[in-house]
Amino acid sequence: MNDQSPVISCKNVWKLFGPNPKQYLSQMSAGRTFDEIRADGYIAGVHDVSIEVGRGEMLVIMGLSGSGKSTLVRCFSRLHEITGGTIEVEGQDVMALSEKELIDLRRSKMGMVFQSFGLLPHRTVLDNVAFPLEMRGQDKHDRRERALEVVKLVGLEGREEYFPRELSGGQQQRVGIARSLAIEPDIWFLDEPFSALDPLIRREMQDEFLRLQEMLGKTIVFITHDFDEALRLADRIAIMKDGAVEQCDTPDQIVLNPQTPYVRKFTEEIEKSRVVHARVLANPVNGASIEGEPVRAGHTILQLARQLVDDPREELPVADRHGKLIGIMNRQEALDVLLGKD
Amino acid sequence: MADAATDLKPAVSGLSTTRIFQIILGIAVLLCLAKPFLPEFLIRIPEAWIPPLANWLDTFFDFLIEDLKLAKLTRWFAEGPLDFMLGLTANLLEGKHRWPFIGPVPWATVAAVAAVIGYYLGGWRMALLGGGTFVWTALVGQWKIAMQTLSVLAVAAPMAFTLGLLLGIAAWKWGWFDRAIKPILAILQTIPFFTYLLPAVIFFKVGPTAGAIATTIYAIPPMVLMTTLGLKRVSPEIIEAGKMCGSTRFQMLTRVYIPSARTEILVGVNQVIMLCLAMVVLTAFIGMPGLGGKLLAMMNSFKLGRSFEIGVTIVLIAVTLDRMSKAWVAKLPEHFERGTPWWVRHKYLVIAVAAFVFFLIVAQFIGILDTVGRKQSLSQGKEIDRAIKGFLNIGAVKATTGFIGDFLIVYVLIPFRNALLWIPTPAFILMVVAGTYWLGGKRPAIFAAIFFTVVAFSGWWDRSVITLYAVISAVILSMFIGIPLGIFAARSEKWANRILLVCDTAQTFPSFIYLLPAIMLFGVSDVTVVLSIVIFTTVPLTRYTIEGLRGVPGEMTEAADMSGSTRRQKLVSVQLPLALPTMAVGFNQAIMFAFFMVIIAAFIGTQDLGQELQRTLAGTDLGKNFVLGMNVSLMALTFDLTIMSWAEKRKKLLGLG
Repeated sequence: MNDQSPVISCKNVWKLFGPNPKQYLSQMSAGRTFDEIRADGYIAGVHDVSIEVGRGEMLVIMGLSGSGKSTLVRCFSRLHEITGGTIEVEGQDVMALSEKELIDLRRSKMGMVFQSFGLLPHRTVLDNVAFPLEMRGQDKHDRRERALEVVKLVGLEGREEYFPRELSGGQQQRVGIARSLAIEPDIWFLDEPFSALDPLIRREMQDEFLRLQEMLGKTIVFITHDFDEALRLADRIAIMKDGAVEQCDTPDQIVLNPQTPYVRKFTEEIEKSRVVHARVLANPVNGASIEGEPVRAGHTILQLARQLVDDPREELPVADRHGKLIGIMNRQEALDVLLGKD
Repeated sequence: MADAATDLKPAVSGLSTTRIFQIILGIAVLLCLAKPFLPEFLIRIPEAWIPPLANWLDTFFDFLIEDLKLAKLTRWFAEGPLDFMLGLTANLLEGKHRWPFIGPVPWATVAAVAAVIGYYLGGWRMALLGGGTFVWTALVGQWKIAMQTLSVLAVAAPMAFTLGLLLGIAAWKWGWFDRAIKPILAILQTIPFFTYLLPAVIFFKVGPTAGAIATTIYAIPPMVLMTTLGLKRVSPEIIEAGKMCGSTRFQMLTRVYIPSARTEILVGVNQVIMLCLAMVVLTAFIGMPGLGGKLLAMMNSFKLGRSFEIGVTIVLIAVTLDRMSKAWVAKLPEHFERGTPWWVRHKYLVIAVAAFVFFLIVAQFIGILDTVGRKQSLSQGKEIDRAIKGFLNIGAVKATTGFIGDFLIVYVLIPFRNALLWIPTPAFILMVVAGTYWLGGKRPAIFAAIFFTVVAFSGWWDRSVITLYAVISAVILSMFIGIPLGIFAARSEKWANRILLVCDTAQTFPSFIYLLPAIMLFGVSDVTVVLSIVIFTTVPLTRYTIEGLRGVPGEMTEAADMSGSTRRQKLVSVQLPLALPTMAVGFNQAIMFAFFMVIIAAFIGTQDLGQELQRTLAGTDLGKNFVLGMNVSLMALTFDLTIMSWAEKRKKLLGLG
């Protein structure tokens, strides 16, 4: 297992709800649409999805309610049994695991955060956080130590003995996050973790989350129905509709090149210059003349706006953060992104 | 949507529901009119046709007892573990000469601990209630009998809780078990309690053991239902969180599901305790000593003063247990800051133990804190007796109760009873079927037909009809009180809350208590039976009327107001129709209560099934006992099915979900 192979890899995954899904799927003709399947009395929660999540990557699954995003992520951890296809986690076929192996996998490698927190109401913050450690039979002293550490990490120091109902929504979700991190999982699932929070808190929690991710560098599958949130957090975004993935790409590419009308609808209202980075607009140098100060590849077009307007050069060199040249950016092209093209 | 549409279509091949109802009722009326010309077998089922159901049942029980040696097993349980536990609690609480030979604990210790628990659960008021109840019990000289009752309760309630919890978990886990147990629970809840008692006696010996068993079985159904309900309601995210933390199935059950269902399970505990108390009091009928036994004896010898005092004790204990267990449901854990020492974390436990030890020692020196002697008690039994009897002898009072009694008997009850008895059996059954069909639809009607035919062939038709007569007349009378009272109370928030509080409190009283006022006012007569049922059944009727009226959505009453309706118009055309499904639930409960009460009232001297049932208790007539119990249960179930299915349909129609 090297660093290049994907952590989660699923191929042609189907999840059908209905009276006899396995049999239906085996007899179903290829290419049947969501609506046709529904007419047959089945709901396609996950509709022929193939997707991979690389090590240390943050994949955001974006879709409106009922699009199957929660179902898909529950298939990864086998909270749902899939109807067809294969899911491999760290090279292991999840569906082939015995109950004991599955429990071991969850105890050692996976953490999950839920939309309405899923905290146990009768346990204190500390006991909630220590719950997964207790399940794997760690001794009392150890798990207390570790739980205190994680509680501190999410900034809830001093509230260890509180009960969930005594905390605000944001604080409760911090407990949820701490619990999911207690076992030091490699893979972190977050199911709309901030949707139940009010907008100001949501923003704060997103920053907090980015800080944590910077520190921990986990492999993350993050679900949201909020396109802005997806753009803000994601390495890659998978947009889902009716159980199927419409497009899976980096935020820049989704904004610049939406591939289906459905995806385009989301991107229309988006200020593209906030999303698109100079790196993406950089073309190969191909012997063109390079003059003057390069712009930073990691800056968004919006950040470069003033320079783009003022700079007399037609082609701007783009360099990464070590100063290494990676290409040149056409100023007109960048201005199109900034001002919109019509 | 499709369902609603088909519901509105005429029922069977063009015949509307009303038409079928009219046809069935028509046949019944024709049968009545033709009574003089009818052959004998169409008026009453001839004796010769009646299958010897009781004998068959007897054979079956003999098989269980003799051939399968089932009684050996049950008696082993009764004489072994159960007897041991009962002996333990009886020794500690009332000082019965049994292992561990250390009791009885002084009454003052019990009162002190009850006060501390009360304070922990609900502050000073609850402390006063808890402590006060036991102080009163000791001071009026009823300590011993009260402890006899509580020592059985202390064994029966945990048993019912454990069994109910296990069955509830099983029903939640396995669908087939749930489907199998649901009808059994429904039947258990309608079977008259005398039917619990005799098998308990036969399988588990006379006395406290049989009492404990009957009590336990009686209290199980709500525990099962609440457990299943609670487990089903655990939020899916909590379940998923538990799974994602890598819980095994057993860990899921014990650390995720059961703790998360805490509220419902504790509500079940509250119901278990209250039903156990109600039943323990009633085990007086199989000779169990205790509060119930004493009350029965006092009522039989018409000692009203002592009966009244015992009644107060029972009510106080009931209210204390109810309030405390309800407070426990509402009590949520409070956090302590880190580093709080254990004796601060558990301060109530420490105080309770300290109070216990303190009074234990003090009682050694001050005898009256240990036991209140016969001569020391403050019982005013004789004086109260004289006062009550004096009051009843005042001319005006006597004239009033006499008039009401006579009027009810001569002009209402007896004619109604005779009319019911006059109707030929087939016509009676058809009338019931017509009524159930009209109200509940096809399914209840079929059940009604089967159930009442079984009753007719059981050989106890006349007594069943008399039972039904008492139930129906009592429920109708209580409607005249309960519904207006409910409508009045629902007009203002303040009164609604007050009356609901009264109803809630009254519903915690063991049913036996309701006989007291009726006997006090009307002595021993038919009116007493009906009136005690009336008092008992008015409570749910009032309560559900208030709740129904209050549950009417605000926009609808506002819409009525804005349409310029008067109070009366609003009540009649908006509030009552919308409240009717909820009121029907209250009506149903009233009928179930009435069936329960009519059997208890039997010892006043009635001619219904209850009296026969009570007679079987003296012997070993298991078969007859079951047939009688079954009759009561079948009649009650018919009402239950019909009214509930009407209420369901109505709710759906009104879109009240």
